[in-house]
Amino acid sequence: MFESVLVANRGEIASRVIHTVRKMGLKAIAVYSEADADLPFVGQADEAILIGPPDPRRSYLDIDAVLEAAKRTNARAIHPGYGFLAENADFAQRVIDEGLAWVGPPPLAIARMGDKINARNLMMDAGVPVASGTWEPVPDVEAAIEEARRLGYPVMVKAAGGGGGIGMGAAFDEAALRKAYETARRATERFAGSAGRRSGAPSRDPGILLERYIEHARHVEVQILGLADGTVVALGERDCSVQRRHQKVVEETPSPGVRPELRARMLEAAVRAGEAVGYRGAGTVECLVDPVAQDFVFLEMNTRLQVEHPITEMVTGVDLVEQQLLIAAGEEAAYGSGPSGHAIEFRIYAEDPERFFPSPGEIKVWEEPMGEGIRIDAGYAEGNTVTPFYDPLLAKLCVYGADRAAVLERARAAVEVFRIEGLKSNLPFFTELLDDAEFAQGTYDTGLVARMRAS
Amino acid sequence: MAEVRAEMVANVWKVVVSEGDAVEDGDTLVILESMKMEIPVLAEDDGVIATLKVAEGDVVQEGDLIAVIE
Repeated sequence: MFESVLVANRGEIASRVIHTVRKMGLKAIAVYSEADADLPFVGQADEAILIGPPDPRRSYLDIDAVLEAAKRTNARAIHPGYGFLAENADFAQRVIDEGLAWVGPPPLAIARMGDKINARNLMMDAGVPVASGTWEPVPDVEAAIEEARRLGYPVMVKAAGGGGGIGMGAAFDEAALRKAYETARRATERFAGSAGRRSGAPSRDPGILLERYIEHARHVEVQILGLADGTVVALGERDCSVQRRHQKVVEETPSPGVRPELRARMLEAAVRAGEAVGYRGAGTVECLVDPVAQDFVFLEMNTRLQVEHPITEMVTGVDLVEQQLLIAAGEEAAYGSGPSGHAIEFRIYAEDPERFFPSPGEIKVWEEPMGEGIRIDAGYAEGNTVTPFYDPLLAKLCVYGADRAAVLERARAAVEVFRIEGLKSNLPFFTELLDDAEFAQGTYDTGLVARMRAS
Repeated sequence: MAEVRAEMVANVWKVVVSEGDAVEDGDTLVILESMKMEIPVLAEDDGVIATLKVAEGDVVQEGDLIAVIE
């Protein structure tokens, strides 16, 4: 095992990774931007290096700055967390070329799964069911309209290199498709990942793809681990159907919409997906589930640790970050004897609970719930300022119980007690959600939040 | 006359209109960016842009004046 790990991330996930690194007796090294100097993760690390100004392109996305910090601190491994450089194959390769251990999948697996069109074609070859859609990027909006006629409306428009729902939109007719195409095209320009591409000339290859959109679908993903010996194992699923703007807000495991026969097929397909790309470490195979037909299609693979990984940890008793580190060191990982119980994660965002618009500001009061079955992964503490430079995730409230009913009861009490003041948070939305009949019954789909706001 | 103000701390990502432009209720004036989200700022009246107080790259605080529509 390497003796030190640099965590190339910020906020709650940096704290989360640092916790396990130190628990394993390894030295934890943090990097931070000028905007984050006061955040808990900086103090929790054994050593912390300032790598640049608030703009992520000049700090957390700056490969040279991160590698320089690794050199200065003599770090032996780099854990990228999620977002930022986590799914950047070039960064992974640079880390390896520097002689450091990369706590993630092989760069080739990242690259092959990062291009959504390539990934879907690869999955089809591996015998994993995929949604019907375009087989290569559409060059312009007219071509998109032609493809949509072939596929049939509604269609989902996506940026091929996008993630986290950015640039995604459903279109039920040609007029909506024109709008959605423009949104996706803009997103590919803006979130291209590398500095400087954002201003000025439009990118040469917009990389827009269309897929047949499944209405009333559930978004369910499977956690996999690619072990050091090449074996791929599945650790159960997570239902991520509670979404606003195609971004997850609440996740739970097991999924209330997946019956055992479907679960078995999904887990088996996820293992095949991982094997098809020679996957190592923690990864997630995202699927769309038709709960009525009890059928599914492959959506995309996330080649990193997910935000919502704690609920899998709660039901399996496995520390996924520890397994990532063991696998990266070529050692034997543990993956438990199968899940038991139920867990739900609530993503607490700095945003208003009505329209879900961002709300940066100073945290004047922060009081967490405590008790059996409650885990909180927080990125901030009382007195911290939440800046507009990064995503709005403040903390994750994760609740475990013997069954779903027990979790819902605990969650209601925990949300009631959690106090965050000084800025707007979406905590009041969770009170509303826990009172919602569809959520309480577990019959919800990805349209739930939109329906709650429409009524 | 209608004042358009920022609802949150944000960066000005795109300025869509110029002073002197005629706008209608619902037109996008500028696009703010905060916490990885684009937030379009819309005209709430018909009229002409009399004053435009922001440029691309500016940082606005909650309550800052963005534009005046006459």
